[in-house]
Amino acid sequence: MLLRHTPAAPAVDREALTINPAKTCQPIGAMYAALGVHNCMPHSHGSQGCCSYHRSMLTRHYKEPVMAATSCFTEGASVFGGQANLLEALGNIFTIYAPDVVAVHTTCLSETIGDDLKQMTAKAIESGKVPPGKTVLLANTPSYVGSHVTGFSTMVKGMVDGLAASAAPHKLDVINIIPGYVEPSDMEEIKRLASALGVRTIVFPDTSGVLNGPMTGKFRMYPAGGVTVEQLRAAGDSRATLALGPMASSAAAKALDIKCHVPCEILELPIGLSATDKFIDALRRVAGVSVPESINRERGQLLDVMTDMHQYTAGRKVALAGDPDHLVALVDFLVSMDMQPIHIVSGTPGKKTLERMRPSLDKLGRPVNVKIPGDLYQLHQWIKQEAVDLIIGGTHCKYFARDEDTPLLRFGFPILDRVGHQYFPSVGYKGGLRLLEKILDLLMDRQDRDAPEEKFELVM
Amino acid sequence: MQEGAINDLLEDRRGQVLETSADAAPEAMRCGTRSAAGSVSQRACVFCGSRVVLYPIADALHLVHGPAGCAAYTWDIRGALSSGPALHRHSFTTDLRETDVIYGGAAKLEKALRELIAAHGPKAAFVYSTCIVGLIGDDVDAVCRRVEADCGIPVIPVDSEGFKGTKKDGYKAACAAIARIIGTTPEAPRSVAGINILGEFNLAGEAWMIREAYARMGVPVVATLTGDARVDTIRRAHTARFNVVQCSGSMLGLASLLEAKYGQPYRRVSYFGLEDMAQALYDVADLFAGEDPDMPARAAALVAGEMARVLPLLAPFRKDLEGARAAIYVGGAFKAHSLIKALRHLGMRTVVVGSQTGSPEDYERLQQLCDPGTIILDDSNPVELSRFVLEKKADLLIGGVKERPIAYKLGLAFCDHNHERKIPLAGFEGMVNFAREVHGSVTSPVWKWSARRRA
Repeated sequence: MLLRHTPAAPAVDREALTINPAKTCQPIGAMYAALGVHNCMPHSHGSQGCCSYHRSMLTRHYKEPVMAATSCFTEGASVFGGQANLLEALGNIFTIYAPDVVAVHTTCLSETIGDDLKQMTAKAIESGKVPPGKTVLLANTPSYVGSHVTGFSTMVKGMVDGLAASAAPHKLDVINIIPGYVEPSDMEEIKRLASALGVRTIVFPDTSGVLNGPMTGKFRMYPAGGVTVEQLRAAGDSRATLALGPMASSAAAKALDIKCHVPCEILELPIGLSATDKFIDALRRVAGVSVPESINRERGQLLDVMTDMHQYTAGRKVALAGDPDHLVALVDFLVSMDMQPIHIVSGTPGKKTLERMRPSLDKLGRPVNVKIPGDLYQLHQWIKQEAVDLIIGGTHCKYFARDEDTPLLRFGFPILDRVGHQYFPSVGYKGGLRLLEKILDLLMDRQDRDAPEEKFELVM
Repeated sequence: MQEGAINDLLEDRRGQVLETSADAAPEAMRCGTRSAAGSVSQRACVFCGSRVVLYPIADALHLVHGPAGCAAYTWDIRGALSSGPALHRHSFTTDLRETDVIYGGAAKLEKALRELIAAHGPKAAFVYSTCIVGLIGDDVDAVCRRVEADCGIPVIPVDSEGFKGTKKDGYKAACAAIARIIGTTPEAPRSVAGINILGEFNLAGEAWMIREAYARMGVPVVATLTGDARVDTIRRAHTARFNVVQCSGSMLGLASLLEAKYGQPYRRVSYFGLEDMAQALYDVADLFAGEDPDMPARAAALVAGEMARVLPLLAPFRKDLEGARAAIYVGGAFKAHSLIKALRHLGMRTVVVGSQTGSPEDYERLQQLCDPGTIILDDSNPVELSRFVLEKKADLLIGGVKERPIAYKLGLAFCDHNHERKIPLAGFEGMVNFAREVHGSVTSPVWKWSARRRA
């Protein structure tokens, strides 16, 4: 399909142009983060289209209703500033939709005309548009900076800036966990693991119960899940913060350290055996607890399958597209199973991403193609130059997975054509086991499909 | 406005919600207004309107000049099929960064255009302006003129800055872009005894079915705008004798422009539902009756044959669906008219109907079409929609991507009649598909487990 429009070579460096982006823009990440706050209405301060696109994209990814309001910019607002729109919007939202929190993020439009969110919100409070006891969170997320990941990070930091406070005389026996840009199922799994260790936590944001809710026969503007305003306030009294995924979570963790003196530890996302070990170990250490047998057992099961099946993963070449935090953890996991991630792109700019992958990639002892920021067109060209056994990335990879007849493991954002990511985690030992099962299914189904009659095996 | 169901609406929303009654004359709907700031509207922007209209042109380059998001969100989401090239399914963007916003993005745009045209040899290029381009003041027109002069293909700026109006303004900008291509061959206007189909986007291959029906009547289709379109056929669109216009919102403007410029008369048609499909064939036959007196008879024979084939296929679906209630929330109101009639064929009554961008005439016609007690909505939101479908005890919601999960959460059957439909719903065969899809969802056993249904 795209094959005939994608030449194998030469893969020239394009400077002015992105073809088939491996990212999207900041505001949608901010909207996703805001959905992880209980009774919160995300608000897009920009044109109506932005909000509509983000809601549609998140709806396609989660197959859940996604609520968000918009400032409905017109030509007038783009000339005279969006203050009137934001004031009217806040008034309307609190009156009609009655949230506890409105989480406002900007767009390229409102940023470029120089709208000052802080000043406007102060004005809104002054003029009575924000009822007493209600909160407005803020995030500056121009679309021409970073990507959906940095937008997420900025809104999570906005939660700290807007709400966290140190009220208690001493730090409490609670650990904050900032789970990173992961699925609701992952946030749920992180809470389960912490609770298995007997650690009291505040997890923010927390989209579990919001974007993977049950079918109840009712439409709820604000589903049951999400971190509450009280929890976000109390985060300033916690003993420590674990930030998972440096790009998505460290800004908020550091802000909380500065604002409320909650020390933080920044870890890679707990995807795969060794990254989960580090997470569990950090949790054990900061909370002063011991790891229960049930968790050791989960770890042993993941390791069991890794060893049982290692001849099927050995030497398999993989192409990856995704977000920096995801890629770093996935690459480490793949290399730990003797797999070879040889083509890697992320649309999200950032010099540190490659450095973070370097220790894993160096173990391969062969050259690896990495482009950050890069796009899916580039990835496709590399695959044409050196074929792979597996592609890992979002749904948009399906075009060239089909063209190159290569199995695709859907991972990251967006996934527009499958379900499961909302409900089954990729983090933790259980999540690692699920990922490994999927990888093995794809590789072994392919082996079965392609094996000549005389080599077709019953037992594998 | 009647008291009762709708009297506790938000003040701002009064006038955009009506309930039909048996004895009253149609009321005027307040519509075409901008959404209130702070609303959870289902509407989109100018860019979205332009993008959906032009995107099916498969051998053109579609370059989104702006940050990557605008390109990412509109990347091949519409399912407009192509029988040949698939360049339109790539996502090209200048991916503007902060430095471009400060120093301007025109140079980057020009470089990108030249690279892409050299690499892919498209037959034309469309350059979509996004919000940010309108603010930083890139001279997109000048860039396009330069590249066009050097590369020898039409390079057309589309004025689609998101904030400059509604989705409808995006349709207008797209039509203006198409109009620049039409008539760029030496052939004389109206020299071909055929038609153009405007506002048909070949979702799930619908344009192919419609073209086949016209072919059986003996009417060639010169250009379909823009389903499975090629730049060269669009160039020749002025040679068609007549235009037929579906999806009035998007292309009525282009039809009047072509009438004024080339003397091509047009008819509004709809291809959804049996009556409207039949009427769309009869109308075209009438247009040609002067030069081909047998054509109306051929059209009638075609319709009779199709009706005889299709009606028995619908009967078993109707048996199960008789008395079920439907709610409709779509982009343009014209489509809702056809849906109401199509649902009647299945024994279903429409109890709620709304659109994002209907006109006063559309809403007046809706009121005439609907039974008393039907709720009619303009620019609605999820809270309102979910409330009215429950109050009116709808069994089915017909809508688009953002409405689907709301329906499912409520335990309602759903039919996608928007960009994401996967099977053709147009024409006679489409009516059978529509009936099968509605029937499949309404009668699915999954709903009986829902709390609402069991209560």
